Amino acid sequence: MSRETNGARRTYLAVYFALVLLTAVTVLVSYVNLGLMNVVVALLIASVKASLVALFFMHLKSEDRLVWGFALAPIAFLALIMFGTLVDTLLR
Amino acid sequence: MNAPPAGHGDPRVAFEAAKLGLWTFLATEVLLFGALFTAYTVFRVKYPAMFQSEHLKLNRVLGTLNTLVLITSSLAVVLGVDAIRKGKARLLERYFGATVFLGAVFLCVKYIEWTEEFRHGLYPGTNIFFSLYFMMTGLHGIHVILGMGVLAYVVVLSRRGRFSAGYHTPVEVAGLYWHFVDLVWIYLLPLLYLIG
Repeated sequence: MSRETNGARRTYLAVYFALVLLTAVTVLVSYVNLGLMNVVVALLIASVKASLVALFFMHLKSEDRLVWGFALAPIAFLALIMFGTLVDTLLR
Repeated sequence: MNAPPAGHGDPRVAFEAAKLGLWTFLATEVLLFGALFTAYTVFRVKYPAMFQSEHLKLNRVLGTLNTLVLITSSLAVVLGVDAIRKGKARLLERYFGATVFLGAVFLCVKYIEWTEEFRHGLYPGTNIFFSLYFMMTGLHGIHVILGMGVLAYVVVLSRRGRFSAGYHTPVEVAGLYWHFVDLVWIYLLPLLYLIG
């Protein structure tokens, strides 16, 4: 039991250092002009960081399907809202 | 006679229900911030040059510093939750106390940034980029303040001996809320400070 929770602490620290590292990378990349790729890289790194927080800090990794559904459904709705809005504003 | 079905009286079921309730609340929060993210996307596509020139006026160093502050605060929360899972209430109080402190640091840095921007004549009404910037960081800041209040209340409850390894539902759900606040900022940093 105690070994198991010490393992959890180690995981949290590893995730923390990954988050710090990814923050450093995304900030450094922002000083390099990659054109449109800057946006892609920044959002990709942000999504990796967000996934790490959700999976390990919010314990989504050990949740059942019901919680996963509640976690992912709003993202699907947000994508729908963005898509619908952009179709309207871009093609108006 | 059959055993009665597990209901609200079962602490395990109650815990799962509370967690699901918090995730449901977070779903509404995603859509609340999502409206602003959508507005951001629409205007960024419409005025790419303006977003490019305006975002350079933000303080990237302070934005990065605040990112590290929030990430660290999230680590403190998860270590606090881990502590109470082992029944260590004093340790939980120390970790959550650290998170409340880091939340205050975050707000101080944000205050310095806003003051600086006001001094340079950058207001919510200056242009659409700064409207979005103040609106998004402002709404996020309100969430930080509320989160600090919730975590401080958890510390108070813990001092009164309410939590143990067996029961600490409020600790877990308060932690989930704080991580969400961290999550939103993870997207605000690149969108506002890094790529405008």
